[in-house]
Amino acid sequence: MPDRLSVRKTYKLYIGGAFPRSESGRSYPVADPKGNFVANASQASRKDVRDAVVAARKAFGGWSARTAYNRAQILYRVAEMLEGRRAQFVDELRQAGASKSQAAAETDAAVDRWVWYAGWADKLAAVTGSANPVSGPFFNFSTPEPTGVVAVLAPDSPLLGLVSTVAPAIVSGNTAVVVASEPAPLAAVTLAEVLATSDLPGGVVNILTGRRAELAPWLASHLDVNAIDLTGVADDQEKALREAAAENLKRVLRTAPGGWDAVPGTERMTAFLEVKTVWHPMGI
Amino acid sequence: MVFEYAPAPESAAIVDVRPSYGLFVGGEFTDGHGEPFKSVNPADETVLAEIARADEGDVDRAVAAARTAFERVWGPMPGAERAKYLYRIARIVQERSRELAVLESIDNGKPIRESRDVDVPLVAAHFFYYAGWADKLGHAGFGPDPRPLGVAGQIIPWNFPLLMLAWKIAPALACGNTVVLKPAETTPLTALLFADICRQADLPPGVVNIVTGAGDTGRALAEHPGVDKVAFTGSTDVGRQIARSAAGTAKRLTLELGGKAANIVFEDAALDQAVEGVVNGIFFNQGHVCCAGSRLLVQESVAEELLERLKTRMATLRVGDPLDKNTDVGAINSAAQLARIRELADAGEAEGAERWSPPCELPPQGFWFAPTVFTGVAQSHRIAREEIFGPVLSMLTFRTPEEAVTKANNTPYGLSAGIWTEKGSRILWTAQRLRAGVVWANTFNKFDPASPFGGYKESGFGREGGRHGLEGYLDA
Repeated sequence: MPDRLSVRKTYKLYIGGAFPRSESGRSYPVADPKGNFVANASQASRKDVRDAVVAARKAFGGWSARTAYNRAQILYRVAEMLEGRRAQFVDELRQAGASKSQAAAETDAAVDRWVWYAGWADKLAAVTGSANPVSGPFFNFSTPEPTGVVAVLAPDSPLLGLVSTVAPAIVSGNTAVVVASEPAPLAAVTLAEVLATSDLPGGVVNILTGRRAELAPWLASHLDVNAIDLTGVADDQEKALREAAAENLKRVLRTAPGGWDAVPGTERMTAFLEVKTVWHPMGI
Repeated sequence: MVFEYAPAPESAAIVDVRPSYGLFVGGEFTDGHGEPFKSVNPADETVLAEIARADEGDVDRAVAAARTAFERVWGPMPGAERAKYLYRIARIVQERSRELAVLESIDNGKPIRESRDVDVPLVAAHFFYYAGWADKLGHAGFGPDPRPLGVAGQIIPWNFPLLMLAWKIAPALACGNTVVLKPAETTPLTALLFADICRQADLPPGVVNIVTGAGDTGRALAEHPGVDKVAFTGSTDVGRQIARSAAGTAKRLTLELGGKAANIVFEDAALDQAVEGVVNGIFFNQGHVCCAGSRLLVQESVAEELLERLKTRMATLRVGDPLDKNTDVGAINSAAQLARIRELADAGEAEGAERWSPPCELPPQGFWFAPTVFTGVAQSHRIAREEIFGPVLSMLTFRTPEEAVTKANNTPYGLSAGIWTEKGSRILWTAQRLRAGVVWANTFNKFDPASPFGGYKESGFGREGGRHGLEGYLDA
């Protein structure tokens, strides 16, 4: 018998900077690998998806207009807050089945990954943009811009996979609606608490927990979503989701799951960038 | 005293149009197995030639020829050798430039001044530009040794037939891919002349294959399992279909689709320059331009003055014989497109906008539409929302820069936009906020092989031109 009864956390959604329960009133039990009950997570609905997209769209103008340096600062602040919650993430990863050393290693890697992406904010334009030598008296330059609202179907790697898909989506100025790992969503909710205390404007990242197969089609067919990361969806759902995404010509990214330990390339960032080219005459 | 223009027709004798054309597969012209169709001169409705129609079996043959060429010849060839073939092609295009320009104007209806001074020089420039990339791909920022994708299926529109061919074929070949290209049904002739250029360049058989036909042929090509990459320029509706059909396959996709560009004129703009830009933006190539500045947004304080100058300028546009060197606006490409333009213009009137065209005598034969401007246009009108793809301009007004940006972005498209102001900081402020892939400031409708082109939102994805244009043809 413990000395005192612990105060458990209610795991909720993260939409527009607030922590609502699902409007559907639904939740689902999250279990550890042995099947023991750990917590109830909110089971988001179609309406929650739509609310999250509205929040993400509302946040896009402000977030994309921040200076790249400011975005870098805020993302680095996220890493600081992640580090501060290290013990909590380790606990949640252990509940999701990781050994003590695995959980510690994944948490460390997640913090380091976030730092890696934070530093990209003010370098992407230099690496992916260009001044173009056109044949005429014009100054012509190309610069990357965020594509808009990105839906992220996060993989089942509960923390490292999550940050490895969320950070590259938002570092360039996109806003995101994230569907967390279905079997292991708790670290995602804790990440939301980190984001909420890191100067990241509300709505830049919105995190839903629930049934991936139920939520993914609403995101894929939503006409105010500009891009979708299908990394976390099952193989047999990919085709239908791509077909739905074609309706408004979403940019679609799907990389093979797993392999989160390696230092990533720029692919997950450039997939959600547009290139804008501006012309102006030169003369006196 | 009034100076009248004397006709100054370019001679059509320079080009030898054959009575019938086959498919170009594996380096040879071969028969098609679909029902042949005719290509018509839109300026006088005469039949130019009978064109083979590729059925599924023909497309299959072309893809197989491209695959063989990719595996045996073009894929393994050193980039420096590929480069030399592309340089050769660029040179032959220059050598045969007048022939190509005349043929383009006959088949498409565009003024010879444009095909001669814009389309064909850009075609040569495109091949020349991408030729130089072929042996430098490791320096392009896509990894040290990026590989080609394989066989590219490429489907192009009728508005810039040869130029769109160049935009597709030049980067594909530079990256080591082989291609099967389907030109538009109404404008196949310059692509077939290009096939002859490939032969003159001794390009290995099967590296470039050209299959002619309509939508069915295009579908067979886009859906062919042997195609590794589909590149499409055309309507957003067809782009959607291609994106759907590619779902569940490993095909890579680039789509360059429709547009409804805003051309924003602020009150401090140099108005005469702006008028030239507005006219160029919508009447260049009869408005058959996906990036045409079809929505004119004018700051309220100068709207009346600008409209007056615009009408004066429109009255000087010469509409008529595409081969006349004085012609500014040529023929509408097809009867079907003319019907579409008429329908939308009629809808503009029916919805309450005011229509104006200068007095303008149109030739009795062929497909023609007078330059037209609508005023009193609301954002809800079809002429403000739908791509007309014709010489029809819709004018709206705004009061503040914020309103201009909001209205400009109020479209599912995002291909291009224009800004007219003398204030540099306002140009950059506006350009940053426009959700469009190409922004022309104090200019419009400029193109260059070194300059990436492509859209945001439902105008498609991927870029053509520049270093960025390589990405769609590389397995990075």
